[in-house]
Amino acid sequence: MIKVSNLTKKYGSNLAVDNISFEIEKGKIYGFLGPNGAGKSTTMNIITGCLAQTEGTVIIDGHDVFDEPTAAKKLIGYLPELPPLYTDMSPKEYLTFVAEAKGIKASEIGPEVERVMERTAITGVASRLIRNLSKGYRQRVGIAMSLLGDPEIIILDEPTVGLDPRQIIEIRELIKTLGEDHTVILSSHILSEIQEVCEQVIIISHGRVVANDTIENICLMGNQHPVLHIVAKCTPDAAVAIVDEYEEVTHYAITECSEGTELELTLMPGTDITDRLFFEFAGAGIAIRYLSNRVSLEEIYLKLTEAAFEDETQGVAEITDISSDNETEEEEYKPMFREAEEEEDENDSDL
Amino acid sequence: MTAIYKRELRSYFGGMIAYIVIALMLAFVGFVSAIFNFFGGIAFFEYVFAEGYVIMAMIIAISLLTMRSFADEKKEKTDQLLYSLPLKMSSIVMGKYLAMLTVYLIPMLIMCLYPLVLSLFGNINFLQTYSSVFAQILLGAALISIGMFLSSLTETQVIAAVMTIGTFLAVYFMPTIAATFFPETAKASFICFIFLIGVVALIVYALTKNLYAAFGTAIVLELANLLIYLFKADIYAGAFPDMLDKISLFNRFGEFVNGSFDLTAVIYYLSVIGVFVFLTVQSLEKKRYS
Repeated sequence: MIKVSNLTKKYGSNLAVDNISFEIEKGKIYGFLGPNGAGKSTTMNIITGCLAQTEGTVIIDGHDVFDEPTAAKKLIGYLPELPPLYTDMSPKEYLTFVAEAKGIKASEIGPEVERVMERTAITGVASRLIRNLSKGYRQRVGIAMSLLGDPEIIILDEPTVGLDPRQIIEIRELIKTLGEDHTVILSSHILSEIQEVCEQVIIISHGRVVANDTIENICLMGNQHPVLHIVAKCTPDAAVAIVDEYEEVTHYAITECSEGTELELTLMPGTDITDRLFFEFAGAGIAIRYLSNRVSLEEIYLKLTEAAFEDETQGVAEITDISSDNETEEEEYKPMFREAEEEEDENDSDL
Repeated sequence: MTAIYKRELRSYFGGMIAYIVIALMLAFVGFVSAIFNFFGGIAFFEYVFAEGYVIMAMIIAISLLTMRSFADEKKEKTDQLLYSLPLKMSSIVMGKYLAMLTVYLIPMLIMCLYPLVLSLFGNINFLQTYSSVFAQILLGAALISIGMFLSSLTETQVIAAVMTIGTFLAVYFMPTIAATFFPETAKASFICFIFLIGVVALIVYALTKNLYAAFGTAIVLELANLLIYLFKADIYAGAFPDMLDKISLFNRFGEFVNGSFDLTAVIYYLSVIGVFVFLTVQSLEKKRYS
């Protein structure tokens, strides 16, 4: 559907996008993930023809955005980071204008505007001035604009920024339903959002693609060393006493928190002791407040983007090898971290 | 293009700008016409257009009209929408230009009634009067294209308006300044052209950000300048003030008021419109490359 090859964008001497290539397949929801200034918006602006690239090509369904901009732009609905709204118009007037500019037939404009307004639930504010609408409604008007003409590809740049939690949930639901019949690209630096909404994730850091895979696969990359998070209502000593009995635990980090003790266990590859630990704690009369064996996208994301930051010159292949730099990083910010084998004699004095 | 045109018109009439522009033009032309034609008893409506007050009102009205055309789009980030729409940049620019022209045409068409009123009281040379109105419309159309271009260079309406008024005033007073301050010798023209070429090279650099292009332009033009001065110095005598006189938009207009329908002036105005519409398109396209 979209083929981006060797895309490079320089702002003066500043390299914003550095030779990135990826493909977007039809009918999936893609997440564009990266820290601020990673080049997400720049890449999206180039794909949508708002910005010209320094090098490389973007082909949308066979149309080069640079050579056949009109044909390519017709396939895309784009909502930039700041919704480009004319605040002196009402949503209905604004959407009618965009529909006309997109070349929708005059007879179909009315029903089409109604359709997108219903889909984004803005029919109630259709005749108020956009200037007087709240941020959430403005964002929805922007999304409605991108849906006009039912384009095959919908690109949304940070669509939930600045919304309240309820609106965020609504917009996410909307995006999920859009994914049923469109190809959606969504950029965000909120990981839970990507994890919840997207099927495929492209992680960008410092202008380069550091990972491009399904969420499951990206999470699997972290499963080489399964991690278990536990918050138990007990003293650190009691928790250590239980955890020490398991030889599957290779490392652990312990911190005292308001609810008791927080443990982060690193397990041997391919092992899972979640259930056994639960009953062990329960048997000892200790309440478990939180227990999770899911590796969050967050950890992988941090590793990937930090690795890219630490070694700008390394290629993608080396950067995605998380297991190697895993340990060194953890040691830096987790003072309680130690090898389990040495643990037995030292833990009393330490804790 | 029609979508942009309709939106712009709605925006002008939804706010104050269109009414202010129309009122300003009608008020000043009406006022001067009353003094001139009715109290003064002169049956030449076209003289009203040549009056300084009317020209100042026109300069301000057109600056107000054009200041927000593109500056505001950038400030509100709506230019992103324009870039992502499946429209050619030229049709976006033309849509906006024609909308501004339409606003400007409203007071001009109302003014077409004035000579008819005047004809009740005396003899009017309708051909001469209406060809002056026509020239006034062309002059306005040319000024609008310049104002639109200047607006596309900045992000702030106020700066756009100040730049536009400044440019229009410079163009208006240029022939006077040229006639007063520049000696009619070949040497003076030669020196003036050296500086003018420098300015042209700077503009080339501002538009292309390419040092080679700017230096190339400068070197070629300076060389031509030098050759003409060395071998054909006689045509350089008074050439610079003459040129300023010729390119002054407002002076060209005077021919019509004096009763001659100057075709070259018509072509000149149309070329100015063409050049500045083109430059506006380029200035917007260039933003995509920055």
